[in-house]
Amino acid sequence: MKPTDPRTILIALLCAALILLPLYTGFTGNVFMLTLFTRIIIFALAATSLNLILGYGGMMSFGHAAYLGIGGYAVGILAHEGITSGLVQFPVAVLASALFALVVGSLSLRTRGVYFIMITLAFGQMIYYVAAGLDRYGSDDGLTIYRRSQFGGLIDLSNRTQFYYVCLAVLFACLYLVWRIVNSRFGLVIQGIRSNERRMQAIGFPVYRYRLACFVIAGAMCGLAGALLANHTEFISPSIMYWTRSGDLMVMVILGGIGSLFGPLIGTIAFLALEEVLSGITEYWQIIIGPLLLLVVLFGRGGIDGWLGRLRRG
Amino acid sequence: MVDPLLRVENLVRRFGGIVATDNLSLDVARGELHAIIGPNGAGKTTLISQLTGQLLPNSGSIRFCDQDITSLPAHRRSALGLARSFQITSLLPDFTAIDNVALAAQAHDGHSFRFWGNARKEGHLREAARAALDRVGLAHRAEIVVSKLSHGEQRELELAVALATKPQLLLLDEPMAGLGITESARMVKLLQELRREVTIVLVEHDMDAVFALADRITVLVYGRVIASDVPSAIRSNEEVKRAYLGDQHAVTRHG
Repeated sequence: MKPTDPRTILIALLCAALILLPLYTGFTGNVFMLTLFTRIIIFALAATSLNLILGYGGMMSFGHAAYLGIGGYAVGILAHEGITSGLVQFPVAVLASALFALVVGSLSLRTRGVYFIMITLAFGQMIYYVAAGLDRYGSDDGLTIYRRSQFGGLIDLSNRTQFYYVCLAVLFACLYLVWRIVNSRFGLVIQGIRSNERRMQAIGFPVYRYRLACFVIAGAMCGLAGALLANHTEFISPSIMYWTRSGDLMVMVILGGIGSLFGPLIGTIAFLALEEVLSGITEYWQIIIGPLLLLVVLFGRGGIDGWLGRLRRG
Repeated sequence: MVDPLLRVENLVRRFGGIVATDNLSLDVARGELHAIIGPNGAGKTTLISQLTGQLLPNSGSIRFCDQDITSLPAHRRSALGLARSFQITSLLPDFTAIDNVALAAQAHDGHSFRFWGNARKEGHLREAARAALDRVGLAHRAEIVVSKLSHGEQRELELAVALATKPQLLLLDEPMAGLGITESARMVKLLQELRREVTIVLVEHDMDAVFALADRITVLVYGRVIASDVPSAIRSNEEVKRAYLGDQHAVTRHG
């Protein structure tokens, strides 16, 4: 990746724009824009975590929204019980998601292909119905969060700009973490297993352990996104982990560029911005986004990011 | 006599009604090049897969380095020093040649639960990989993505990957498959050098190569051993001639 190729420049510009966005919205008073991009950043974090297992690990998990929900419910339930400290809520959200990923992964990773997709989907739906059955915490109707996570006056999540920057910092930190992981010993093993599992076994890797660890890391990261999302919407309901939400996350990853570091961020911006624009035109906006995704999959291998990478040669 | 490096006893593997490995026993002595031949469908690859742990036998036992490995998973056998190459080239197609080999070295250099440091900058892994590539004559192709290598180069890379695991026993499943005459000759020359360093079990259809290389030859027919001896004895064995060499020799020759 040379510093002069258009892809690098565009990604650098994108990051700069994200950092400077609150200046613009503060100046123009465009609160809507800031809220939209806070949401985009949180979903980009979730998509980035999915990309770790889907793109780099080749694990077609169809239940990733479950971790978004678990992270969200951890914040919601603790707030409901009067524990509003973010220093408790966030670690609980991450740990609970990691634990759930450990359970799902240890069962589902024994299978391959369609079975793997089905088991992750089944676990996702299971946790959805569990949440819908939590009478104490609003069951189907969900749970309102009256106070955002408290960080002892250090950071104020109720301040839109501060919250935006917290989300952005978490996203950048996680992107950096993924970048380190992908190029580490662990990351090479994960990508090697995606490429040829039998070969990796034959040269001496216990592949199950490595895939499981990767699955848990992705789950924990998505749980973090869930905790942020609950703070953003100040509300949590089972619908956040309905299976179509897992599908949305997949679309974001594929649209942006599967197995590319910034792909999920680009895909999430494209997806949520399209959703915003198109749903203003028609309530059947999915009719437009469906064929669009089809075109990306058929002709734009590597998604938007892959297309950017080809610009330099084109 | 010294204990053999590999001892297979009364191995049986069935697929439904078919007995692919039929009460098979086999010894491989340390330092020898042991060839396994037999007509198509004799169960050669099935045997290799059981030796490496991709497939478990229904009964019988496999001992390697005085240790019962019959039910050990593939990665544990690799750790003990058993390496294989695949009949149909099986590499990481979207990785470079050197990454393929470095991963094999990495697999035998402690665990890989290291999430931070750049693995491609670990000097000793790269050096080990470079040495193995050099060994098979691929050093100049190190940075090429595997899918862009020629078939012959991929076969050589298979060997380099196996060598990078520092094996005690190398199981080669038809290393000459699909190679042209000059490529085959290079492979034979390479195996002649390697056999001085490592014990080799060679499954091969190319009879010229087998008789040029092997210390001992085991002949499989329908999953059974019908003969196991030095090449000259195999050549004159009547049963072997009938079952195998007689009809198929001409067909399986290269050229």
